[in-house]
Amino acid sequence: MTTEQQVLDRIERARKRAPKVREERVTLAHGAGGKASQTLIDDVFVTAFRNPALDALGDGAVLDLGLGTGVPRLVMTTDSYVVSPVFFPGGDIGDLAVNGTVNDLAVSGARPMHLSAAFILEEGFPIGDLRRIAASMAAAAARAGVAIVTGDTKVVQRGKGDGCYITTAGVGLLDRPEALGVAEVRPGDAVLVSGPIGDHGVTVMLARGDLDLAADLESDTAPLHSIVAALRDAVPGAVRMMRDATRGGVATVLNEIARGAGAAVILDEAAVPVRPAVSGACELLGIDPLYVACEGRFVAVVAEDGAAEALAALRAHPQGADAAVVGRVADDPPGLVLLKTAFGGTRIVDVLVGDPLPRIC
Amino acid sequence: MRFVDEYRDADKARALSGQIAALCEPGRHYKFMEVCGGHTHTIYKHGLEDHLPETVELVHGPGCPVCVIPMGRVDDAIAIAREPDVILTSFGDMLRVPGGTGSFLEAKAEGADIRMVYSPLDALKIARENPGRRVVFMAIGFETTAPSTAVTVLRAASEGVSNFSVFCNHVTIIPAIKAILDSPDLRLDGFLGPGHVSTVIGCRPYEFIPSEYGKPLVCAGFEPLDLLQSVHMLLRQFAEGRCEVENQYTRVVPWDGNARALEAIARTMELRPHFEWRGLGFISHSALALREEFAAHDAEKVFDVPGVRVADPKACQCGEVLKGVIKPWECKVFGTACTPETPIGTCMVSSEGACAAYYNYGRFSRAALAESTMREGTRA
Amino acid sequence: MCLGIPGEIVEMLPDRADLALVEVAGVRRPISVGLLGPDGVGPGDWVLVHVGFAMSKIDEAEAAATLQLLEGLGQAYADELDALAASDIT
Repeated sequence: MTTEQQVLDRIERARKRAPKVREERVTLAHGAGGKASQTLIDDVFVTAFRNPALDALGDGAVLDLGLGTGVPRLVMTTDSYVVSPVFFPGGDIGDLAVNGTVNDLAVSGARPMHLSAAFILEEGFPIGDLRRIAASMAAAAARAGVAIVTGDTKVVQRGKGDGCYITTAGVGLLDRPEALGVAEVRPGDAVLVSGPIGDHGVTVMLARGDLDLAADLESDTAPLHSIVAALRDAVPGAVRMMRDATRGGVATVLNEIARGAGAAVILDEAAVPVRPAVSGACELLGIDPLYVACEGRFVAVVAEDGAAEALAALRAHPQGADAAVVGRVADDPPGLVLLKTAFGGTRIVDVLVGDPLPRIC
Repeated sequence: MRFVDEYRDADKARALSGQIAALCEPGRHYKFMEVCGGHTHTIYKHGLEDHLPETVELVHGPGCPVCVIPMGRVDDAIAIAREPDVILTSFGDMLRVPGGTGSFLEAKAEGADIRMVYSPLDALKIARENPGRRVVFMAIGFETTAPSTAVTVLRAASEGVSNFSVFCNHVTIIPAIKAILDSPDLRLDGFLGPGHVSTVIGCRPYEFIPSEYGKPLVCAGFEPLDLLQSVHMLLRQFAEGRCEVENQYTRVVPWDGNARALEAIARTMELRPHFEWRGLGFISHSALALREEFAAHDAEKVFDVPGVRVADPKACQCGEVLKGVIKPWECKVFGTACTPETPIGTCMVSSEGACAAYYNYGRFSRAALAESTMREGTRA
Repeated sequence: MCLGIPGEIVEMLPDRADLALVEVAGVRRPISVGLLGPDGVGPGDWVLVHVGFAMSKIDEAEAAATLQLLEGLGQAYADELDALAASDIT
């Protein structure tokens, strides 16, 4: 007779096994930032490319260029942008591409310096739109204090692309002494978010037009280098790690923290800032704002005794007025994100398999 | 949000939770089935079980239209989607549901034009905008959703949108409840009735449940306080020795339902002799098909639908889980052959399914979770 | 089984048959009100929205009655706790 405990132990063992891609073809779920994406990355790419800089799997890779001690290390990152539509309230694919790469560098602890930009354009794409995108990239780069120093352009046949795709890469300098990363996270630490969540994802979903929903919302796309610097200046040494919440939303970032640190993240639902229209759209579509993408918000884990000061510093910054302490790191249960619901209950916040899909039931 | 936030109040929940505990007869265990998947979702989303005593157990019923769709119907829909010039439309819920040979998402990756819609009217709009394509709406859902399909079919007929058809998979709730009640090993004490289905069918169709089967039913709303109050109403029936149909969701559900919606269904659809439910098998008169008059908009007539039948795997015991006879972990394939990534049975398909929920969350008891958040609370 | 969300009718759309603009927390969408009774509905009414259709008009008096009942249950419980506390002291 199998006992309940034996069944549960079997599941735990199965969960620890390296994930395998089951599907024979790539599906949209593989690009959504959830479990399917992680499985694809682990099974196909990490297995093939394995090296020490990659294995940390951070937002940016810290590179040792062999220049000796005392020389700041280099951080490198890259990201592709395929957003549809290319123009949406609050931004466009251009400033998204610059901000996204600036943010990956900033939350890795680096000072963003130089970017590259590669364009894949579909035959027939309006030059006027391309000029508009380039102008918006230039403005975003100026705002973030970075230069776009190299690039590439390819044109594909009509029907083989969706107008315009952009890939940016960026390098920055790790010029502060403090170590950042999920390995620094300790039980008792506070978990902060820099502003209301889900604005970007809901704005883009509405801008596509197929849901026929309208709301006064704008994408939150913005460079985070300055608010990140403000936070680190306010509580030097107290910031354990930071990560910007993009695909998969804040829930996915928190799960990465819980797993990476081997600790629990206890989240307080009532403390999570969400704009009314974002929560209205999410109620209508049956999705959870915790899984909706942001493009200008980050999660920071800060030592317990620095939390109040860290929150004050974020709120004093023009981009952080709605920042909040949303939870804490705890010992138990390791590897999980628990949510204390506003209703007084508790539930687990897991990683989704793919995108949060609108549902009717 | 009005009519939402006021039914999510934690203080009221605590008070109600005390009242519920006080109503429980010492030493007695209560097993109530929430019929509707929407209720299951509310229960998980808000952590509702933390407000219930251990002696009140909620069993997750068959009211998730996605979970009960037999695999063969998913395969049929994919076969339609692969026909030339077809655009298959459906709700987001359907995209990841596995058929015998894969899901909509996988069929899309192989080249089928499958699109997600919010409303059947949006599918009709796609048909109007693409006169050269054949647009099929994969209709799923209970009586709540069937009227919207009915209105859409009527509109397509009156406007003569000849390239629009419906692959009708609407099911009806009463035969499913009856199938559960008729199960010889039934161990349920009462039902939380499906509030939104009841906006259409009203509360009268449930009256046979207390009168013929001796089980009470409270038609329940979808906010967490609605559900707690409904549990309280069920327990009060036990305490007072009553057994009847009651309506907790009076702000939305009229006792007699929605005559216009029922009329729209009756005009366009008729009962199928039988229909297969994943996990529950064939149930007579439990599903709807379009009437002959609307054959031009019936995908089963317009296309050569293969009529694939994929039997539920023998080892799968979803039916018993759905009836509350066994717990998910007692199923022979649970956690081995059947996991959320490779689901075999209905209960593992949707994240709200009883088995998927248990697989993901069940290994932490309610008590352990409560304790760890409480310890956290004292430190903070 | 069926996601239904309360929304307020902000405008009837006369150029589109049976359609009304419904708002949920600042999010607007045209919704079919064709399934509601012949008396119909108008701006200011609240309806339950499911897959782009208004399924039912929300009865404000019943909503208030339910809340009052919940309030009453809470009060009865609080009174009981008070009574218990008082009996502990004596």
